[in-house]
Formats: sequence, C-alpha cells, structure tokens
Amino acid sequence: MASLRCFLRSGKNAVSAVLRREFHRTPPAAVQVTVRDALNQAMDEELERDERVFLLGEEVAQYDGAYKVSRGLWKKYGDKRIIDTPITEMGFAGIAVGAAMAGLRPICEFMTFNFSMQAIDQVINSAAKTYYMSAGLQPVPIVFRGPNGASAGVAAQHSQCFAAWYSHCPGLKVVSPWNAEDAKGLLKAAIRDDNPVVFLENELMYGVPFEISEEAQSKDFVIPIGKAKIERQGKHITLVSHSRMVGLCLDAAAVLAKEGIECEVINMRTIRPLDAEAIETSVMKTNHLITVEGGWPQFGVGAEILARLMEGPAFNYLDAPAVRVTGVDIPMPYAKILEDNSIPQIKDIIFSVKKTLNI
Amino acid sequence: MLTIISNVLRGSASRNGAELVSESSTLRYVLQLLAVQSECANLTAPHDHDPDPPSRLKDPQQPHSPSVSLPLTQIPSNTPVEYKTLGHTDVVSSEAVAQEESSVMSSGSSTSEELSIVSLLTERISERQKPVFEKIISPVIDVPPSPVLITVKSPATSLVELTPVVANSSSKVTSSDPLTSSCPLPAGSILGLDNSFPEITHSLAEETPLPEPQLAGARVVVSARTYADFTPQATFDIKKCDLHKLEDGPPLQAMLTREEGLQYYRTMQTMRRMELKADQLYKQKIIRGFCHLYDGQEACAVGIEAGINLSDHLITAYRAHGYTLTRGGTVREIMAELTGRRGGIAKGKGGSMHMYTKHFYGGNGIVGAQVPLGAGVALACKYLGKNELCVCLYGDGAANQGQIFETYNMASLWKLPCIFICENNKYGMGTSVERAAASTDYYKRGDFIPGLRVDGMDVLCVREATKFAAEHCRSGKGPILMELQTYRYHGHSMSDPGISYRTREEIQEVRSKSDPISMLKDRMLSNNMASVEELKEIDVEVRKEIEDAAQFATTDPEPPLDDLCNHIFYNDPPLEVRGTNPWTKLKSVS
Repeated sequence: MASLRCFLRSGKNAVSAVLRREFHRTPPAAVQVTVRDALNQAMDEELERDERVFLLGEEVAQYDGAYKVSRGLWKKYGDKRIIDTPITEMGFAGIAVGAAMAGLRPICEFMTFNFSMQAIDQVINSAAKTYYMSAGLQPVPIVFRGPNGASAGVAAQHSQCFAAWYSHCPGLKVVSPWNAEDAKGLLKAAIRDDNPVVFLENELMYGVPFEISEEAQSKDFVIPIGKAKIERQGKHITLVSHSRMVGLCLDAAAVLAKEGIECEVINMRTIRPLDAEAIETSVMKTNHLITVEGGWPQFGVGAEILARLMEGPAFNYLDAPAVRVTGVDIPMPYAKILEDNSIPQIKDIIFSVKKTLNI
Repeated sequence: MLTIISNVLRGSASRNGAELVSESSTLRYVLQLLAVQSECANLTAPHDHDPDPPSRLKDPQQPHSPSVSLPLTQIPSNTPVEYKTLGHTDVVSSEAVAQEESSVMSSGSSTSEELSIVSLLTERISERQKPVFEKIISPVIDVPPSPVLITVKSPATSLVELTPVVANSSSKVTSSDPLTSSCPLPAGSILGLDNSFPEITHSLAEETPLPEPQLAGARVVVSARTYADFTPQATFDIKKCDLHKLEDGPPLQAMLTREEGLQYYRTMQTMRRMELKADQLYKQKIIRGFCHLYDGQEACAVGIEAGINLSDHLITAYRAHGYTLTRGGTVREIMAELTGRRGGIAKGKGGSMHMYTKHFYGGNGIVGAQVPLGAGVALACKYLGKNELCVCLYGDGAANQGQIFETYNMASLWKLPCIFICENNKYGMGTSVERAAASTDYYKRGDFIPGLRVDGMDVLCVREATKFAAEHCRSGKGPILMELQTYRYHGHSMSDPGISYRTREEIQEVRSKSDPISMLKDRMLSNNMASVEELKEIDVEVRKEIEDAAQFATTDPEPPLDDLCNHIFYNDPPLEVRGTNPWTKLKSVS
C-alpha cells in the first residue's frame, strides 16, 4: 500500500521505490545534507575503503573536530587512524608528508588555513615539489584540508583566503567546493588522488544544507578534479566564482533575472588546475565576464582568470573588459559593519554586472 | 739457519698439529733454503706498524683469476711445479708433473691446504721484484712455516655470512646496491669456502701474534703469503659513548670481520673519491649550483648503514651524496645527477640535494624540514607494522630548528621508531657550534628522548651505536637520539673555501689524526686483516670506478626538453602546461 502511494505521489521515484522495496512516505531521492555532514561522510567512506587513509590534526579525534567535521570518526576508527596532534603545525604537517612518502594516505587538517602558514614550507617544498624533483620516483598522496577565508568576526589573522597562494605553485592541486555535493565528491576525489591536494573549505558553509542527488549518495561518487560546473545557465554575462561566493552569485543572478538579465554562473570547484576551457566557452557565448571571490584582488584568483582570458581565444568575444569582484584590499576588520563591507555582497555583484553590461 | 728451520717446523707442529709433508721433500727444500740464505746477508723484517710498508710483493694483476703457472726458474729442482692462485679449489701436487692440474682440493687434507698455500705464495712471490732467495724460498713452504695463521681445520666459514645482506629491491630505481656491486667480495673470501680459518680474536690491548723476527726467513715467507693468512676477524676497543637518560650504552668492543672491513674500506674510499671528483668537476664548472661535500664524514654514512638494513628507511639533509651511495645509488647515477644529465638518479631534475632511492627520501634542501618528514616515515613504519625504522639525520646547524623540537615531542608521544641523528661537524655553514647553540650537547637536546654521543670518525663506533639505537627503536621504546661527532674537510659547500671561520691547522690535524679511512686501514693492517697491496688494489679499483662514472657523467646527454614538464603529478592523465609565453603549450605526463 505504501509503495503504491509512493508511486502515485512521485512517478519519477516509482521505479527506485519499487526496486528498493521500502515502505516510506517521502520521496527518497533528494536528501538534505549539510556541507559538514557531506565532508564527514566523504572521510568516513574513504577511511573505510582504504586502510592507508588516516586523519591527523588538532582536535580531530576526541573533540570530534574543531568544527565537528570529523564527528564520530574517532569512535569508529580509533587512535591509530584518527590522530590528535599537539599545536605544532610545521611538525605535524611534515609528519603527514613523510607518512605519505612512505606509503600512507594522510588527511592533514589545519584548524584554519591561516595556521597552514606555519607549515607552508612542508606543503610547498616537501609535498608539492617532490614528485618533480625526484623525476617521478617519489609521489606524495596527501590531502591538506581545513576552513579557508573569511568567517564571522574572527578578525585579521583568522580571515585570510589562501586560494591564490597555493594555486600559484605547480605540483599542487587546489580545490574549493561550494555545496554539499561538491564537498563530498571533491573530498573523495582528493583523498583518492595520488598527489598533494589543498582542499579549501569554508566555515560559514559548514552548516548550510543542500539537496544532494541520488548519485551523490553513492559511496563511489567522485567529482573529477579540474572540472568546473555551470550552476546556472545564462546568456548575457558569465559570473565565475568559487566557494561561498558561488551562492552569492546565484542570489545575485536571481535578482537580476527579475530585471531580465540572465547570468551564467560557473562554480569553479577546482582552482588549480583551472578549467579555463569552461570559462572560455561560456564567455564565447555571453561576451561578458565577471569573477567573484572573497580573497584580495592583487594577484588573486580573478587576476589569473582575467589574464588567461586575455591570452586565450575568448578575448575576441569580449564586448567589455572583464572585471573582478573581490574582497577589499585590507586586513579583515572586526566590527560587523566593517567586516560586512570588506567582502563582496550581493549588491556589489549586481552593481558590477550592470556596469559591465553598461546598464 | 738450521735452527731457524727447525724452530719453524717445531713451532708449526706445536701450533697447528698439521701433518707435515714427507720428510724428504722438506729436507730438500730446507737445504736449498740454506744455500740461498748464505748468499744473502741482509734480510730485514718489515716494519709491522709502518702504515705503508714497502711492497715486497708486486701488486697482483689479477688476483681473482687463475694465473699462468709461474716457473720457479731459480730453483734447481727436479720438481717442476705449477702453481695456481688459491682462488680456486684446485690443488697442486708438488711432486706432480708440471702442466697437470690436480684434483679439487679436499678440505680434509692438510697437505693440500699447505700446497695450495704454497701455490698462492708462489704466485705472489713470482711477481715480486725482490731478492732471488725469496723466490727460492717458496718451495720451502711445503712445510707449514707459519706459526700463526695456518692451522687446524675448522668448519669453513660460510660465505653466505660474509656476504652483505641486501634487501630485495623492487623499486622503480634499478640501481645496484653498492655493497655488492662496487664491493665485490675480496679474493680472500673466495678462499673461505674451503680454506677455513680458526677464529682468532685479537684485541688492541694484546700484541697481535705476528711472526717473530728471528725467523727471518719464515717471516719473509709469512709476509709473502696471501689471503689465506689474514686474520678473519678481530675485536677492537671502541670509545665509550656519552649517555643521556640511558642506563647502558652500546658495547665497548666491536668485532670486525675481514670482509666487513674490506667492504667498509671500499665504500668509504668510494665515497671519498667520489666527493673529491665532484670537487674537481665543480671547479671545472661541469657541476653547477649547490654541491655540499661529505668527505671526512664517511664513517657516519657507512657505519649507520652497517647498523641497519636496506629495508629500513633513511632521510637526511643536503649533504647527501654519501647516503645516496649507501642506500643503493651507484656512483654513475650520482655523478650524472650532479652534472645534470639524463642518466642521473633523478634524471637530472633534482641535482645535488634531491637524490632519491628506495627507502631513501633524499636529499632535502630546507634545513630541518627533513626531520618531521623522517618522523612521518617512522609513523608509517609503525602504522604498517613492518618492524622497520627510520633514521632521520640533521646537522648541528639544523639542531636549533623549532620543527625538530616539535618532532621530538610527537615522536616521543607516539613512540615512533625513529633514530634521530645529529651529525655534528662543528660548523653550521660558517658558524661554529659555540656561536650557534646555547647548549652544544646535541645528544641531550632531545630532553625526554634518550641520547648518545658517538665518535663519528670511527666506523665501528658508529655501527655499534646504530645497532644499539636500532634495537631500542625496534623494541618499541620509541625514538632515540644520537650525536655523531664528525668533521668535514671541505667548506660548507663549494662556494665556501672553509678557512675563513676555521684554521687550516685544524683541518690538517683532523685529517692526520682522525681520518676515518686511515683509522680503518691502520686497524686492518696492524691486525693483519688485509695487506697493503690488497688495499691499494681496492684504491685502484675505486679510482677506476670513479673515473668511469665521471666519464659517464660528463658525456651523457642532458635531459631532453620534452622532459621539462613531466613528473608534475603522479598517475594523472597528461596535462597542458603553460610555457614562457601564451602561445607555448607544453605537455606534461606523469
């Protein structure tokens, strides 16, 4: 009886409902998952899948993670695989890299990427460059993950975006997910990747729920690193963004749609290697480009995208100069009003779109 | 003279109880000896402790291969004898017709042993350029003249034990292990199969029982002997190690077998020559950039490797050529890497500081960064449960780095099987230890980690300490720290002459008093574990190997430009890399 009701209510799920032979009232396909839980699931699944995978970082074990991302993992996997470290980033990042060299697959968590600066030598000189320096003898399969960029009220030393810094270096892959599906698929891909991957999360996104597709719930769901996704189709202008700013772009696009401006929103997903092709294809369609990011403008992600556009085939398709919407070029202040005005807001995006389109 | 001979006979009879050959032949030879002896007035015994005694034997050209028979032309004997090198188990019958080869030597026959010794001796003697009588003496060796070394049958020393243990390497690097390739077992060990030597333990405290001077004739004969006569192993006193948070330290005595000694000698000499060659090539501008030379510190690398297995792991800083060698790299690969050629161990892409082999993680340019890496390797060893450990080296300059203390903390907390080794060569670049460290007791700097201070110029001391440390780690007690007190002859790198912050006299003093290779050589020679000629022969071989390697390193082509962008990512599909301008798209494969 229940399955009949299912069938009547949502035809598209009928087959799956019948095949699964479950009796439940709600359509099973789309599930609401927060980014935090998606990350947790990804790590859980990968820890289960490969014995060599382990997690180390500050407070990841008994504290369940500083932001609760690794909740439950220590209880499930124990001390050997979920390791609490002392507050010694350079030391434990080096240990993680050494373990990767010797055959394990560590996930090294930085409580925020600001602290990764303590260990940046290990990330760049010991992890990123080693495969090249050894001419292919010594791979380093490691993931460095943690929250990146601005949070809320944490002030200057805890709000820097490191996407540009890490993306500068060959030998690293730099990934920046936006929603839950991104988070899960990309983290799984990063853990399975045999190369050093810097996985930039966002603290403000942790608690945001997203609908996650059927496919994304599978244990083998992996999003390829290096491929951007078009979140919203459009024809007047292309908005390229990563991480939390993708959400803002979509919100701005919704507002602009009411005025008849159709924005194409691209979620970069991976910063390095950059999916220039996706951006170029889109620009060749819309003829206008804006990049949106939370980090500082000088030598930032947007700067790189614009440079590539200039050097590539899409330049000829631009009807207006491509511009960047970025964080303000200052250390992050504390007071709410100041902080709010230090990072792009929806109104800034809308303003820039209209300027670019000369509206 | 007769008394001499009879003493010899009596001495040998009492010492070894071996059978004597037939009286008649003995007598004949004795008479011949007498005849000759009377002709030659001066016979001085060689100086035992002369570090470079005048060679009374010409260097054998091919000691390992069978030689043509050497007729004893001076001997008016009616027993033409064909003598062959004792590298083979052929035996020569003294009474036999000249050109016949006799049967395989049986280990049960003392006669055959003596004869084989005779043959060896003849081989040696015939190549000498010395007085006639010495050649004539050779037939006397029918009688076992040596009171010392040729003795009763004892179970043949297993050649297997003497072979260096080489872990089976299935790595991507197909480099041969230097311990087998560049250090072939010396001829002496070939003897080991059938010629068995009793275990004689010598200690530096006692006089090594070399033949007595009054048995001049016999003495000459003894010294003219070959591999059969050498002491198979000896025990040496080594310096006591200073201890920190340890009850007991490494043993105060180290046993060295002849084979080990020759192997260490060869490896150290290879290292020394290789570094000096690199110096030369750098001055010719064939090597560029950084070149940090290891000469003076050879005992550290060789001693450490002798204390661990190839299945263990090792990581060091930038003064890494020596370790690349002990860890499985060949001289050719190392030198070609220094000159940046495609035959280099990292295909020319790494250079001096970035050489890797299986279970050897370089070669690291950032001072101190290798220490956490090493602890990470140790973590993996513990995690994977393979009873391996990681040796993690750093210098006195790096010892003050914060990340090293972070590593001590974590290694100790998690009981990682890690041996931290500080190679204290007294200078961190140009800064002496007194000017850089508030506490120069580097072995104590681990605080809660037990430590030892070791004489790093003595390969045996390093080996014993490493074995002790390895035992500590493998038994699950956690990390341990070793400070090796050593010295580098060159400056910090090739751009540093090395004399602005230290005196030439200091360098000279260390070179003359504590050189690791000389120390080993002296030990071996004074205990009759090797002959001067043998060591010289090794030197010649090493020199040749280095020359060949240098030749290769200077003539091998540079890496192809196609290789420029390769090896960015592992196990990835090919990707496009931007060149120097937007129109240049280069290809990168894994």
